[in-house]
Order: sequence, then structure tokens, then C-alpha cells
Amino acid sequence: MTFPLLTVLGRMTLAFLQATGSVTSFAFQAIRLAVQPPFYRQQLLRQMLEIGYYSLPVVGLTAIFTGMVLALQSYTGFARFSAESAIPNVVVVSLTRELGPVLAGLMVAGRVGAAMAAEIGTMRVTEQIDALTTLSTNPFKYLVVPRLIAGIVTLPILVLIADIIGVLGGFLVGVYKLDFNDTAYLRNTLDFLEFQDVFSGLVKAAVFGFLITLMGCYHGYTSKGGAQGVGMATTNAVVSASILILTFNYFITEAFFAR
Amino acid sequence: MNAAPAPMAPSKIFLRDVAKSFGSKSVLQGIDLDVAPGESMVVIGGSGSGKSVLLKCILGLMAPDRGSICVDGEETVGFNDRDRARVMRKFGMLFQGGALFDSLRVWENVAFGPIQSDGMKAEQAREVAVAKLGAVGLGPEIGELFPSELSGGMQKRVALARAIAREPEIIFFDEPTTGLDPIMADVINDLIVKCVSDLGATAISITHDMASARKIGHRIGMLYEGKLIWQGPVADIDHSGNAHVDQFIHGRAEGPIRMQVRRL
Repeated sequence: MTFPLLTVLGRMTLAFLQATGSVTSFAFQAIRLAVQPPFYRQQLLRQMLEIGYYSLPVVGLTAIFTGMVLALQSYTGFARFSAESAIPNVVVVSLTRELGPVLAGLMVAGRVGAAMAAEIGTMRVTEQIDALTTLSTNPFKYLVVPRLIAGIVTLPILVLIADIIGVLGGFLVGVYKLDFNDTAYLRNTLDFLEFQDVFSGLVKAAVFGFLITLMGCYHGYTSKGGAQGVGMATTNAVVSASILILTFNYFITEAFFAR
Repeated sequence: MNAAPAPMAPSKIFLRDVAKSFGSKSVLQGIDLDVAPGESMVVIGGSGSGKSVLLKCILGLMAPDRGSICVDGEETVGFNDRDRARVMRKFGMLFQGGALFDSLRVWENVAFGPIQSDGMKAEQAREVAVAKLGAVGLGPEIGELFPSELSGGMQKRVALARAIAREPEIIFFDEPTTGLDPIMADVINDLIVKCVSDLGATAISITHDMASARKIGHRIGMLYEGKLIWQGPVADIDHSGNAHVDQFIHGRAEGPIRMQVRRL
């Protein structure tokens, strides 16, 4: 009975290694092409608008409620130790280091990663990608490269805005519900905040932007077999991007803060 | 790669011993094909006979497992991206489903090649697009619509306008009349004949519509089980002396061709 189990494990390992190699090769091809002309600026701007501007409402809502909940939860916990004054610090550090980039990343993965996989996947199965080639346009350069660059550039901006909105959420709860002095709350927030807190969050955001767009493009570009294939590509793009975000989040945190 | 050299007479497209397999399924098994400049070649064959794979191999969308594919005497198998893009400049392709970019307006679809690949200014490309839409019988107002707002026949026309927008030397037609009613199919056939002759282009079409094949082709070849089992002038198709061809052109269920009803 051991051997069939080993066979299955072996197959899964091989499939995992094959997928990893395939994604890595896809990413390297994109990076190689990103530095070669022609550059499709209009596509880049369109994708930045799609990833950044149109994700603002969902990311903003996530951030403000996260900041509010964080302040409220910290208060109920910290009140037991009479440590309420640490709340602004906890809110801003948690948001900038962790919750801002991770939650924004997960929300964008659901919104943008899925849409990218569906759009590129549909283009694949309806031969639109082949049509690009016949029009002397490298589909990889036209479709994949602008999305990857837009993801890397836009997500840090989005996270910076999410950080500010999240802190505002904490501030609103702190001042209007928990009776903090508004000036003291803001001073506490700013005094405890370090450059590295924000910077590490923005580095995470750039990496997450790359991972989300890479997964969306990869699964869309390699999708097969009509509507079902496109559906599967969309699911795989969101699931793999989410798992990668959480995995890379740990390693980046360790790189920045582990002693 | 064991391939014969290009013949003395200059073929526009020249294939020798082209083979392609997917896993254990051998789709093309050594195709030899010569298409002269200005000639319109039609490849007929049943579904799954390898017609689309043949076109994709010539276009470089798929790499053949072996064989030689020359365009204007230039070997294209193994081309890098830059050379591929250069040779692709000679090609126009009408895809079976149109393959129009659904995020772009009709005129942007037609002007895509001139703008993105040839660096033409948008205003000038728009004029080209309107002219090409006119050539396929569509008014300039259609240019402002999105592909999803058009009927199947109109989409085919737009796709044809896009295929001829860069005035290619070679045009491929993949099942140009599939999914159209007989009258619209004939309209598309007429447009294909007109566009190809106006441009003086070389054409390869793949179809299983015999009315279309007779109308748009100078020469017909039949693909069966990955091989070109017969080729000759359109006029000879009715007395080819080949039982497979006879069965196919008359659409008979009985004959040497057995329909494959289960997957291999």
C-alpha cells in the first residue's frame, strides 16, 4: 500500500516542480522583454488605471474598516493592562507593516488577478493572442509586460493610500468612540512610526503587485479548452496569488525584522 | 532537420516534409506544398484533419517537429522573434472566429497593424481603416462600434478588413464561411476573391465548404490523416480519381473515410 502513495507523492512533486519551472521561465521572459522596445505606454497607463484607480474603492473600504476594528479590538484587549495609550501605535504599525499590504494585495488579487486571467484566457481561446502575432505584435510584450509593470508600480501607491485611510479609520474610532484626544492620537501615531515600517510595507506591495499580475497573466496565457479552461485559469490565478502573497509576506517580514 | 532545398522556380510558400504531433497523435505526417505567387490554394479536409495546424505551422504560431517551411525562399523554421515579426509583415490572416479584439472599437481593430506594428499615426490609420471597411462593404459608422455589437457576418467582414489593412503579400483564410448563412457566405467569398485579386496576394484557405473552395481557389489540396492525399486545379476536383476526395466533395457518409466518433 506504500507504493501507490509514493507514486502519487512523486507525481505531485513533479507537477509542482514543472509548474514552478514554467512560471519562473514565464517571469524571466517577461523581465527580458520589459527592457526591449517597443514600449506600449498606452497599455501601461490603462493597466495602471485598472489596477490602481479602479481598485481604490474596495481597498479604501477594506483599509478603513480594518483600521477601525484594529482600534476597537486593541482597546478591549489593552484596557485590561491599562495600556490604552499604545493603541495609535498598534494601529499604525500593524497597518503599515502587515495589514495594509496583505489585505490590499488579497483584495487586488481577487479583483484584478481574476479579471486579468479571464481577459487573457478568453483572448487565448478565441485566438486573439494568435491574431496579435499575425499583426507583428509580440503578445507577451503587448499583454503581459504592461500588466506586470503596472502591478509593481501601482500597488505600493495603493498601499500607501490604504495605510493613510486605515490610520484615519483608527483615528475616527479612537477619537469619537474611545474618547482619545485627537492631537494626542495623531502625535502618538507619528512619534512611534518609523521609516522602515512604511518602507517594508511598500516593498511587500511591489512584490505582491508582481505576484498578482504574474499569476493572472500566466494562468490566462496558458489557459486551454474554452469557457471551462478560462474559469479554471481565473480560479488558479486568485488562489495561487493569494497563497504566494501570504508566503512571500512571511519571508519579506523575516528579511526586514528578524534579528 | 532533413529537408529538401527550395526548388528553382520561386514559390511564395514552400513546404517539405512538415510534420507535427501532439503526444501520440500525429496531426501532420510529412506535408509537401508549393504555392506560387498570386495563387490561391485551398486546403480541404474534415474536422481534425490538421488544416488549422498546417496554417499555424506556416505562420510560426506552432513549431513543426520536422520539415522545412520557406517564405519567398527564406527558411522560417527556427526564426527568432525579430525575424518572425519581419516575415509576419508579409502575412494577413482571417481567423475562423474573427479573433477581433473585443476591448477595441472596430476601426481600432482594423488600424491595429498599421498603428502598433508600422508606427502609423492614429489619424492616418483611421483613414486607412475607414477605406478598408469600405472595401468590405461597411460604412464608417460601423468603425465606432465594438465587435460584440456586430452580427457574425459583419464580424467576418471586419476581420477581413483587418487582414488586408496592411496590404499583405500573403493572406490566410481559416474557415472563412463557417457559421454564416449561404448568402452571407457567398458575400464573404466574393469579398475574398476581390480583395485577393486587388492586392495581387497569394492566398491559402482552409475550409470544408466546397462551394467556398470552388469559388475562392485556383488549386485545391485535400488533407486526410495528416497527409495531402490529392492536389490539383479546381476544375479537376470532380474527376480526381481519388475515392476520399469524391466522398468528401459529395458529403457522403459511406466511403473510405470513416468518421471518428471516439477520441483516440
